[in-house]
Amino acid sequence: MRVSFNVNGEDVTADDVWPGESLLYVLRERLGLPGSKNACEQGECGSCTVYFDDVTACSCMIAAGQAQGRRVRTVEGLSQGRGAERELSTVQEAFVEAGAVQCGFCTPGLVVQTDDLLERTVGAGLPAPDDAQIREALAGNLCRCTGYEKIIEAVHLAAGRRSGGGA
Amino acid sequence: MAATIRTVTDLASTTEDGVGASPRRPDGTLKVTGEFAYSSDLWMEDMLWGATLRSPHPHAEILGIDITEAVKVPGVHAVLTHEDVPGEKRYGLEHRDQPVLAFGKVRYEGEPVAVVAADHPETARRAMERIRVDYGVLEPVVDSRRAALDPDCPRVHEEGTLPENPEHNPRGNRLRYQPIRTGAFSEVAGSQERERRVLERLRAEADVVVSSEYEVGMQDQAFLGPESGMAVPAEDGGVDLYVATQWLHVDQRQIAPALGLPQEKVRLTLAGVGGAFGAREDLSMQIHACLLALRTGRPVKFVYDREESFYGHVHRHPARMRYEHGARSDGTLLYATAEIIVDGGAYASATPAVVGVASSLGIGPYEVPHVLLDAYGVYTNNPPCGAMRGFGAVQACFAYESQMDRLAEELGVHPVDLRIKNAMSQGSRIITGQEIDMPLPMAEMLRICRDLPMPPAREDLADPSDPRILPGGVAGTTRGEGVVRGVGYGLGLKNLCFSEGFDDYSTARVRLEVSGGEPVVLVHTAAAEVGQGLVTVKGQIARTELGVEKVVIAPSDTQVGSAGSSSASRQSYMTGGAVKVACASVRAEVFSLARERGLVPDDLPDTDLSLVGGKLVSATAGALVSLVDLLGEASDGGTVVERTREYHHRPTEMLDPRLGQGASHTQFGMCVHRAVVDVDVELGLVKVVALDAVQDVGRILHPQQLLGQIQGGSAQGLGLALMEEIQVRDGRIRNPSFTDYLIPTILDTPPMRIEVLEHPDPHSPYGLRGAGEPPTLSSTPAIVAAVRAATGRALTHAPVRPEDIVGIEL
Repeated sequence: MRVSFNVNGEDVTADDVWPGESLLYVLRERLGLPGSKNACEQGECGSCTVYFDDVTACSCMIAAGQAQGRRVRTVEGLSQGRGAERELSTVQEAFVEAGAVQCGFCTPGLVVQTDDLLERTVGAGLPAPDDAQIREALAGNLCRCTGYEKIIEAVHLAAGRRSGGGA
Repeated sequence: MAATIRTVTDLASTTEDGVGASPRRPDGTLKVTGEFAYSSDLWMEDMLWGATLRSPHPHAEILGIDITEAVKVPGVHAVLTHEDVPGEKRYGLEHRDQPVLAFGKVRYEGEPVAVVAADHPETARRAMERIRVDYGVLEPVVDSRRAALDPDCPRVHEEGTLPENPEHNPRGNRLRYQPIRTGAFSEVAGSQERERRVLERLRAEADVVVSSEYEVGMQDQAFLGPESGMAVPAEDGGVDLYVATQWLHVDQRQIAPALGLPQEKVRLTLAGVGGAFGAREDLSMQIHACLLALRTGRPVKFVYDREESFYGHVHRHPARMRYEHGARSDGTLLYATAEIIVDGGAYASATPAVVGVASSLGIGPYEVPHVLLDAYGVYTNNPPCGAMRGFGAVQACFAYESQMDRLAEELGVHPVDLRIKNAMSQGSRIITGQEIDMPLPMAEMLRICRDLPMPPAREDLADPSDPRILPGGVAGTTRGEGVVRGVGYGLGLKNLCFSEGFDDYSTARVRLEVSGGEPVVLVHTAAAEVGQGLVTVKGQIARTELGVEKVVIAPSDTQVGSAGSSSASRQSYMTGGAVKVACASVRAEVFSLARERGLVPDDLPDTDLSLVGGKLVSATAGALVSLVDLLGEASDGGTVVERTREYHHRPTEMLDPRLGQGASHTQFGMCVHRAVVDVDVELGLVKVVALDAVQDVGRILHPQQLLGQIQGGSAQGLGLALMEEIQVRDGRIRNPSFTDYLIPTILDTPPMRIEVLEHPDPHSPYGLRGAGEPPTLSSTPAIVAAVRAATGRALTHAPVRPEDIVGIEL
């Protein structure tokens, strides 16, 4: 089948899609967007988290056909430009700076989920999230390397910068 | 961070981002943008998808395999069985006992039987459904104690499976038996009757005796990046493999013979690795992908899904252990006995080495005059087990630390005081007779850990019934009733680097040149970056040694000598050491170049010279020449200085097979944990409130990455303490998913305060100590001890299950 939707602001079409494919598979294998990760493909780990319209979701749990006509935003859509010209988002910058990245396989999902958390808090004029709010928001994203401490630090760092007028 | 104790020369230089600083990871930007190419992200226009048909039985004869219908499926390009393996039919890390594709028998559920290459993963799956395998089902051997001790137990492997090591398997299923005897036991070794009499005498002499059985469940490494990679056939008849692994050269050494190719025609490049923790030490899809690529002439990509991943790699050995300790009334340990049985499953993997660690460190870092210990690693038809962070030391640590707590309770003393009373230190000898010839500030670490600030009592919090701080969380299973706090301690001794006579080395190629008007260093090794941050550390060492800020890290591949494995907490030591000595050689060449050109006054010795800030500097005469002027632009015929060096650690010895004596280890590391838990004693739910640690790392190379290692290792120990166990019944895995095999989420993981000590090891580069594994040992017993303190239950099984806490049998 043919599936058309919008990814990171661009209208795309994937042909010859087998109906059993997930949105994750289409992004990774048909559209050249492997940033969303395939850690469990059962909706348990959050590594494939994307914005589906404006709500974060595990793209492995969305059938390719369900994406027809929708807006999808992946980790690749959070930074501006590519290569040496690339400008990291506040959240991406904070993850690198705080040491929240080890193997990095969980990172794209966490970056998208954190972006959403900050959008809903400091982005909406609310106070920066505290530890308990951060833990609740990121409870669906597994990380096996870090023990999560540096991830929490990164979220605080990004929230501080975003509420302080950062991007 | 704690006050540091530095006795080595302070190496901080004026070059930024050297050893001791926390520069950003060079791969960090690509990882946060999604552009970093992991092994599962590889893509080529004409690639095929590989898939693996696996045995549904833990033990069965293969009566026939029929692929006729499978090859007819449109889109299928190849279906291969054991008959299509052109070279060696078996491979293995230590023993070549594992079939590339099963023949004759299958010995575990999930064993690969056939592989398929097709144009879509679903096509491959449909083809696999059409492969007919006739099995004659056999009774599986699943009881590890029986496999170890009962000579009448059926054999998992037939005679001759291990032709190179027939003596390894005298009783059928034993992969390794390692006894250790010290003190009075060493004098009667070999006679069970006389050993029994010695034991009875010691029991009579002891004021307190505690004995118990312990079990550690089968833990999964649960790296997030699944087994994956791509094999690309080459024009010379060889193959290029891009794969996530821990040790490129040991993969190459196993792949080439199976393909019937010389080593140099099997070229490996490290693809992005999504975590490892030991699970990538053994091969998974490597040979299968190469076979299919060579057969089809097309690139072949494999990506396991999570369920297949549970069958596709080895796990942490489950252990069954019996311990007895006798002590005098003042708490001094008198004797200890231990029986440790680790279940290796169907194939050897690293089991013999795991037994070597579990036995030699089996009593922990405690002074005990008389020890009788027997450790066994066995074959069964359970899932194969091998390397996981902590490697045999984790299992023993849970048992000996539990024993220390029981003794403290019997004697009515604080568990920390009992440990300090019997603590080893520099100069002590572990039970193998090996002297600890480096600092081991165990008593100091225990005191620091005990004195760390406690988290506030729940009653002192603004809202003591906030469900988010209670066991059960927002499920709201309690508002605080039935919740009891407990505190527990644990520590563990871990060997670092490879042991038991293995010639452990790493290789580094370092090139210094001037490019684009500035000095640039290229560092090339085959070491696997698995997330730990070795790529950062290699650059820091090059900057510190060569005084050059711009360092490029070349991709890891087999075009340079072996780096050894990214395991045993060894890469900062070994590959770090190799980069350091290669840099020293480059530096010496720069000095001699400068002397040849008359830029160094003759009376200045090399010891007066250094490379700092892109210049050759004399401590007495100041800056002598810039590297740009000395070497000249490389593209204009300037000088390029390149050196390749191997770094070996000091030799170690095998344990002798009778008394288990020998200096088998390179280095020792230790971590001490204190856990604070709240337990809902009515529902058996646990909330870890704090998990604080003290670790000595000799010398901190990268403070931020170090904390990430200690916190990450602590969290994996938390998982083993409270939730992680692969459930195996009758040889079958019952929970191969992240729905049923739970690893800690951010809600399960508490704040972790880490204190780091720096007592340098005189034998290692910069005085460093491997840091990745020790916290994984100690956090488990600390948490279980805290749960015991809250519940009063014995809790002899890790992980602790809710039914253990509430005391019901399921």
